[in-house]
Amino acid sequence: MHNKTIAQIAKDLENKVYSSVEITQHFLKRIEEQDKTLNSFITVTAENALQEAKNADNLRAKGEASVWTGIPMAHKDIFCTDGVLTSCGSKMLSNFVAPYDATVVSNFKQAGAVSLGKTNMDEFAMGSSNETSYFGAVKNPWDTSRVPGGSSGGSAAAVAGRLTPGATASDTGGSIRQPAALCGVTGLKPTYGLVSRWGMIAYASSLDQGGPIAQTAEDCAMMLNVMASFDTKDSTSIERPKQDYTASLNNSIAGKTIGLPKEYFSKDLDPAMAAAVRAAVSEFEKMGCKVKEISLPNTHLAIPAYYVVAPAECSANLSRMDGVRFGHRCENPKDLEDLYKRSRAEGFGKEVQRRIMVGAYALSAGFYDAYYVKAQKIRRLIKNDFVAAFKDVDIIMGPVTPSPAFKIGENTSDPIAMYLEDIFTIALNLAGLPGMSVPAGMVNGLPVGLQLIGNYWDEAQMLNIAHQFQLATDWHKQAPAGV
Amino acid sequence: MALERSDVENIAGLARLAVSDEAITQYQAELSKILDLVAQMNAADTDNIEPLAHPTDAVQRLRADMVTEGNQREKFQTVAPATEAGCYLVPKVIE
Repeated sequence: MHNKTIAQIAKDLENKVYSSVEITQHFLKRIEEQDKTLNSFITVTAENALQEAKNADNLRAKGEASVWTGIPMAHKDIFCTDGVLTSCGSKMLSNFVAPYDATVVSNFKQAGAVSLGKTNMDEFAMGSSNETSYFGAVKNPWDTSRVPGGSSGGSAAAVAGRLTPGATASDTGGSIRQPAALCGVTGLKPTYGLVSRWGMIAYASSLDQGGPIAQTAEDCAMMLNVMASFDTKDSTSIERPKQDYTASLNNSIAGKTIGLPKEYFSKDLDPAMAAAVRAAVSEFEKMGCKVKEISLPNTHLAIPAYYVVAPAECSANLSRMDGVRFGHRCENPKDLEDLYKRSRAEGFGKEVQRRIMVGAYALSAGFYDAYYVKAQKIRRLIKNDFVAAFKDVDIIMGPVTPSPAFKIGENTSDPIAMYLEDIFTIALNLAGLPGMSVPAGMVNGLPVGLQLIGNYWDEAQMLNIAHQFQLATDWHKQAPAGV
Repeated sequence: MALERSDVENIAGLARLAVSDEAITQYQAELSKILDLVAQMNAADTDNIEPLAHPTDAVQRLRADMVTEGNQREKFQTVAPATEAGCYLVPKVIE
């Protein structure tokens, strides 16, 4: 039952194969049994979930059900949930019971979904391995000595371990696509402005974007139908006509042109990964797609620019965590400054403190032009590369990560080595473009992700292309041993 | 770019982080390495390039200057470390 996709569960609920209470109980039981090992959830809201499931079954009995009524799912712990712990993976917010719902959360509630709980993540979404979480590292279900990726590692591991059919996530520099790739599940980072950021705890506001992680592209389309909404409460939300992302999944993709950026097949890429990605691309050729080599010449500037923009914005965003209105407060502060400094030093982990300090430095008097403005100019160059490429191609493809999932502890002593993990994902965030990770092979028994990069607002075409790939291949159906 | 110890102390002060002497040494090395990585930006010629503030060049939306939300002070203060009579409590600021 737990291997069913969201689309299958929707059909089964409609056909009364089982009730929402039954499927919800099934997943809650799996979480109870399996998550001691995986640690993919920070909070399990069993009681709430069963109540929501009961309400869903009642609605269905009255003939008032819609497509999402009674489907269980989970939220990354970055999304505020009214009355439920919202920790963002941090000691700072380990006592923070959010007083309101994020727009994404209320969209799922309104759609009738059942929330199983809140998934683990790197602290404040800063990390690529889920090792920075105050609540402990998440294990990769394919090999529990390895990381699931991050920052949405809990969401990806929970879907891969079949503890939930889908989970919300967020992506600032690769935090949806990289864990989806390392866990062998499907993830989508939408165009900047498509999904409301209201109530999604801010890391780097000009880059952050919420999106879905699920087993299939079809499920991601169903989740995006709920997540994408214009929201006046998010000043960067873009007003667009509501779209049904499932409507075009079955379109033919013959004749589409795929661009392969030569910079994404560099020496940084494990040759076995490159082979898997090229094999996936040849599947598309069989379906009648054309392949063209392209160049994104400023790719190498993405990581340096990101490590100015993201820390600068995080140092501003995280200044609200001051021990006064919410969050951790130190014992016996001797004055207000001591209260601020010790509360923050005790509440934030090392990686968060590093990024806050880099940001504070980059924004300090006299350095703004040399760092933040320079990085924003580089964002323009990176965007221009993509704009030029999309004149000739419909979609861009490449690897998501340079190598498969690494061992827990392998990169923790060297922050820079960890940063380079996001070498192929960061450019999209800087440009604000949508991207996906789709399971596309195995290297040494570990999943490989194929990255799809779409043009602005081209989520429907990207999902169509990913869905057609999943009809022709079964990488997305493979599950870790014992699942 | 190699940061001096005093630079890190200054940054930690700006960021309102209490950092121990031992941690300053560690951060000095790590932050210097991160700034070295960032310095790769300088190789790019960005003369006459307009900085990109928003990926799709959207501008700030405005709304009518009207009250849209009711007062929820009590609800919001349930998560505060210390409150009294509707105010947030902090150590004495003025003697």
